[in-house]
Amino acid sequence: MKSELVIAVSGLNNTDNPGPGIPVIRALRDWKGKKVRIIGLSYDHLEPGLYLPEWVDKSYQVPYPSAGSDNLMLRLKYIHSIERLDFIFPNFDAELFSYMKMAPELQSMGIHTFLPGLDQFEERHKYRLPEFGEKYQLAVPKSLSVNSLADVPAALSQFEFPVVVKGKFYEAYIAYSMDQVQNYFHKIQAKWGLPVIFQQFIQGNEYNVVAMGDGKGNTIGAVPMRKQYITDKGKAWAGITLDEPALIEMTRKLIAANHWRGGMELELIKDRNGQLYIVEINPRFPAWVYLAVAAGQNMPAAAVKLALGEDVPPFESYEVGKMFVRYSWDNIVNLSDFEKISTLGEL
Amino acid sequence: MNLRLKNNIAVSDSGFVFNPSTGDSFSINPVGIDIIQLLRASKSEQDIIEDLSDRYDADTQTIEKDLYDFFTLLLQHQLAEKA
Repeated sequence: MKSELVIAVSGLNNTDNPGPGIPVIRALRDWKGKKVRIIGLSYDHLEPGLYLPEWVDKSYQVPYPSAGSDNLMLRLKYIHSIERLDFIFPNFDAELFSYMKMAPELQSMGIHTFLPGLDQFEERHKYRLPEFGEKYQLAVPKSLSVNSLADVPAALSQFEFPVVVKGKFYEAYIAYSMDQVQNYFHKIQAKWGLPVIFQQFIQGNEYNVVAMGDGKGNTIGAVPMRKQYITDKGKAWAGITLDEPALIEMTRKLIAANHWRGGMELELIKDRNGQLYIVEINPRFPAWVYLAVAAGQNMPAAAVKLALGEDVPPFESYEVGKMFVRYSWDNIVNLSDFEKISTLGEL
Repeated sequence: MNLRLKNNIAVSDSGFVFNPSTGDSFSINPVGIDIIQLLRASKSEQDIIEDLSDRYDADTQTIEKDLYDFFTLLLQHQLAEKA
């Protein structure tokens, strides 16, 4: 392996709804004995990670996923011609499809990725969760995809209130009445498009697991966490690692069954009877992934090693009771830097 | 009612209790610490009542009632299970 790896990372939006970019970079910088040069890939001029030179060596603006993968590939070829990238870490759900499609071409250019296959990615979508649960014998809450406002009453007749109304990629609201459901339906449709997903609300404790599969059915790492402080956007602002074997077992079962490759986050709920349900499968590392690194499992570094052909044995333990507490910080930025990224698309 | 404290429950000398299965943490007073330590030593409810009666200036009926309340809390927060 080269003495210095050049790794491009997206998701630099370290806001109150943080992307995983900066935590993934922090994990890569923790990689013992390995020097990394970090290339930031940004969508917006004000993504905080752009202005953190101690974490991001150089940044480039890239086209939004809606512009199509051809435009993205063109931009990546330009970046590669300058930076000679070894690996790309895409961190947004909405861009993963493009990267998975481009993976063979990127590989031929010498750029590695460590992503799930298109089939694995597609079958774990929120609107396909019931089929997923049935296929792999995993407990999931009842869910329905709703494609128009006219279908809402018929769909709702299959649920009891409260109902969770969810966006295709992000956002979820708990609705206690038809009015609330319609309101959230409009809000989510406007932001994330269709379908909007209705899911049976399950009363219980929510847990999250950050995990990584090697693509052959093996779980390389898995660390469960309980959110201790939740923002009004439902994001963890503080959390703690847990010793709960049932969460790890469910994760291993899922990864063994569908041969997941790359990072993932499972959202689970344990009801009052102790039954665990998978509520969501996010196809990338979450923004709290650094907690797992601090607890002893540097999964982002392991992903790069595996992609580059190194043999990586599964992590066997992690520190229980390790906590993270986020904070916000007013980073002072020079106008000249803002000007550079705004006008040249590079910083 | 006899209780068994769950194996992985962490209790510090200062009375900080952490349940690693759920992530919940609690603060308990010195009497609570005594009870937890007695449970750790696999003492029965009757043993604990006798022990507390020897150590604290309270009538047995009050100790029984307070112990029952404390046991209920331990069960409710999944820190212990019925033996």
